[in-house]
Amino acid sequence: MNLKRREFVKQLAAGAAVSAIAGCAETSRTPAAGRVVVIGAGYAGATAAKYVRMWAPDIDVTLVERDSEFISCPLSNLVLGGSKKISELTVGYGGLAKYGVKVVRDDAVAVDPAKREVRLASGATLGYDRLIVAPGVDMQYDTLPGLASANAKSKVLHAWKAGPQTVALRRQLEAMRDGGVYALHIPKAPYRCPPGPYERACQVAHYFKTAKPKSKVLILDANEDVVSKKGLFMAAWNGPYKGIVEYRPNSELEDVDVATLTAKLQFGGVKADVLNVVPPQRAGQIALTTGLITANNRWCGVNWQTMESVKVPGVHVLGDATLSAQLMPKSGHMANQHAKVCAVAVIAMIKNQPLNPQPMMVNTCYSFIDDRNVVHVASVHTYDATEKTMLPVKGAGGLSDKANELEGTYALSWAQNIWADMLA
Amino acid sequence: MKSTFDWGWAALMLAVAAAWAPATYAQDANTVRGMAATCANCHGTDGRSAGTVPGLAGVDKGHIVAQMQDFKSGKRTSTIMQQLAKGFSDAQIEQIAAYFAAQKK
Repeated sequence: MNLKRREFVKQLAAGAAVSAIAGCAETSRTPAAGRVVVIGAGYAGATAAKYVRMWAPDIDVTLVERDSEFISCPLSNLVLGGSKKISELTVGYGGLAKYGVKVVRDDAVAVDPAKREVRLASGATLGYDRLIVAPGVDMQYDTLPGLASANAKSKVLHAWKAGPQTVALRRQLEAMRDGGVYALHIPKAPYRCPPGPYERACQVAHYFKTAKPKSKVLILDANEDVVSKKGLFMAAWNGPYKGIVEYRPNSELEDVDVATLTAKLQFGGVKADVLNVVPPQRAGQIALTTGLITANNRWCGVNWQTMESVKVPGVHVLGDATLSAQLMPKSGHMANQHAKVCAVAVIAMIKNQPLNPQPMMVNTCYSFIDDRNVVHVASVHTYDATEKTMLPVKGAGGLSDKANELEGTYALSWAQNIWADMLA
Repeated sequence: MKSTFDWGWAALMLAVAAAWAPATYAQDANTVRGMAATCANCHGTDGRSAGTVPGLAGVDKGHIVAQMQDFKSGKRTSTIMQQLAKGFSDAQIEQIAAYFAAQKK
């Protein structure tokens, strides 16, 4: 006992001496505990940058973003429905300054994982200890030759990234004759925001019902059935939007004839007055360039305990770009949750602390049926150390019973809080 | 009893505990705040709500635990919280409640 105790005291003293030296070195040079670079300032990237700095002000954080401000995809269908303006969904990046996040407006064009360096379009480079890649999705037009040109893309919009395309699609709907057809093509899952296209159909129907009552909404879904909130959307299409919305499953697009606004399907074509094609998607370009894509040439596999790439060490991937875990949607809410699990892990890794053994994530997706009534789907996910993935917690989560106004107020409150959670 | 109690050893152990606690605490704090942050999307960063959904910052721990348990059991009905509360263990609810109770309003 005495011997052991003496040994222990010696070790303790040695340890104390080492910490004292390390402490001195630190205070004399005051270097950052580590350098984190984040690529992409959407729901995932902006949240990660803020939370790393908020929780660990001694870590240096640089956030690289090509756009001048954030425009939210959630709620952007309301711009098509006419109850929101795009300016109401736009938030600047200025709020991140108070956390000490350095926001660099530039485009990340290459990553050197060996040198731990990001190269920007401007030619500058940023060194990192840990890199967080949150690039969102890129639209894939390679299977749709009719939409190859920029001119074709300007006529047949996707509006699946909120911004100028959202506003342009609203203008097309406003310019459409009463009695016209708006056709929306939905790609095979997985794609960004599973309930989004069905909400969009409701929003356009809501606009038509009041402004152009003879017009129709035609959903051409490549999937064999409604991907999300089926019963709740069907209730809308068979209820308030009966006679306006028509749903056609198994309608995968083979190509588009832009001159006649015709969607070419396996069995014939469908001519529209406004044709809106949401193409298949994959992880954003920088994920591809960096070699982060591991599944179906589209998505990035991650270690769900840390959000670190399964392929490139030192690089974490967040948001829609990830290969989703079981029943995990590609949603803004989920992207924000990825970011927090990542922030916890990045801080622990930089500071040589143990990892969180059981990260948790929650998802909440609200969809507007009209300008006030809303439905939700929710789920809770927990890290399973045996399966090494996030699994939905059994018995938790669920759907709204029916569309209701209370959830309309919650959905708008959700937007205010999540935008503040990432950017204010 | 007194003669066998080693005051020096006890003092040393206390010192050790004090020296080691911050590292352990820092990790637990990192984990707990990470879990509490799952609530922030709707209830605001650190529970300071910018919208109509109630804030949680500075709310009594016992009150938060009781609400969560009532959501879990179905005693309190709601649109969404009864579905989400079921996803958290009693121990996790205690930790989350303690975290928010300690935040400034």
